[in-house]
Amino acid sequence: MQPTLFSSIHLTVSQLTFRIRKLLEGDLEMQDVWVEGEISNLSRPNSGHVYFTLKDKNASLKCMMWKPDAARLRVNLQDGMAVEAHGRLTVYEPQGSYQLAVNLIQPKGEGALYQEFLRLKAMLEVEGLFDPEHKRSIPQFPKKIGIVTSQTGAALRDMLNTIRRRLPLARVILAPSPVQGVDAPPALVKAIQSLNHQNPEVILLARGGGSIEDLWAFNDERVVRAVANSKAPVISGVGHETDFTLCDFSADLRAPTPTAAAELATPITILDLSRDLLSARARLNDLTLNLLAEQKTIVSSITARLKYVSPERQLQSEYQHLDEFSRRAFSALTHRIQLQASNVDGISKRLQSLNPQGILSRGYAIITRKDNGAVVSKTSQAHGEMKVRVSDGEFEINRKS
Amino acid sequence: MAKASAKKTEKTVEELSYEEALTELEGIVESLEDGQNPLEESLNLFERGQALVTHCGALLESAQLKVQKLAGESLISFEEDPE
Repeated sequence: MQPTLFSSIHLTVSQLTFRIRKLLEGDLEMQDVWVEGEISNLSRPNSGHVYFTLKDKNASLKCMMWKPDAARLRVNLQDGMAVEAHGRLTVYEPQGSYQLAVNLIQPKGEGALYQEFLRLKAMLEVEGLFDPEHKRSIPQFPKKIGIVTSQTGAALRDMLNTIRRRLPLARVILAPSPVQGVDAPPALVKAIQSLNHQNPEVILLARGGGSIEDLWAFNDERVVRAVANSKAPVISGVGHETDFTLCDFSADLRAPTPTAAAELATPITILDLSRDLLSARARLNDLTLNLLAEQKTIVSSITARLKYVSPERQLQSEYQHLDEFSRRAFSALTHRIQLQASNVDGISKRLQSLNPQGILSRGYAIITRKDNGAVVSKTSQAHGEMKVRVSDGEFEINRKS
Repeated sequence: MAKASAKKTEKTVEELSYEEALTELEGIVESLEDGQNPLEESLNLFERGQALVTHCGALLESAQLKVQKLAGESLISFEEDPE
């Protein structure tokens, strides 16, 4: 059959494929769509992109996920997994195929679970179960730490290692409980209650990461209430940083992970204790040394005071007095001697002036009578034998009347 | 005070738990800081304090995490899985 020139159009493959692409990608609803199905043919090449096929009973859809979106995935994709994938429909021209470029994947039913989560949260919130004033403080240095978690999970090992590293002085009491499945909620409630009978100072309620369904037991109303009613303060550490459960809200403290919960339960570590002990020892030594130094000071000050009041000092002072007296006596004596000496000098001078010898040397003479020695001072007396005394001797004269 | 010293004689330093030893040590340091004790008593306090420091240090050195498991309402020892 020969096609007619006017009733049909001629296109290259590229042109046709481009047209299909325009049709599909121009449909805005197809650019923001949730598709529900089961994963198959999952492949993760080294590029980091993820490829799979979404299937249901009657159809299949090629899907791909770019590396950055794949890296943000919170679910561990597996063949056979029922999911809801969100993305936009694109056409891959070289192969003439269309595919869903997926940017979000959540396990099927998660949307419904999330609605239930919000409903329960709002209800318990109104009831006051999450009120901040009900939160109890976490002890700084717990001696007994309770743990509620699965006996076999990595979460338990992480917590024990963390506590062992930070505070090996503590004692841990484990109340094992399944952490997922229908049995988990009543078992968790019982574990929290039994553990409280052991009077731990703090309880860690923990579970490793998982899907929202895996963590669902920690959104169970019974468990959330058991946490709020626990006698001992509860630290929750469920899932990863980004996971929030209702137990996180009713707990006294929320930790992003089990390991972080163990850290928050041991604010004071063995390093802090060692440091405190060293400083206590230093203080003890300093205080005692100071005390002894003080005593020494007291003793030496008493010694000094004793010296001050001792008889020795009195004696010294007596000696000083004596010295003083002796000095004064000496000086008085000297003075008097000097006084006497000058007197003697004066007298001697006066004596000198009275010495007749002086007159004789000036040419005067003393005449005495030879018979009775009387001084001849009048002419009437000048007769007979007389002695004449001059400066260097005497001679006799005889006056005849 | 009399009650505290009576309590002290009940246990030797080696019998004290870390918390007890630490609490007593703090009390001794405070009492020494207060400086109201006779010299001989102060020296006795110092000696006891030193013994407490040694004891606390030994407890820190040798501390090993004790892990127990609740079985019903009773406690049994818990063997950790080797990693």
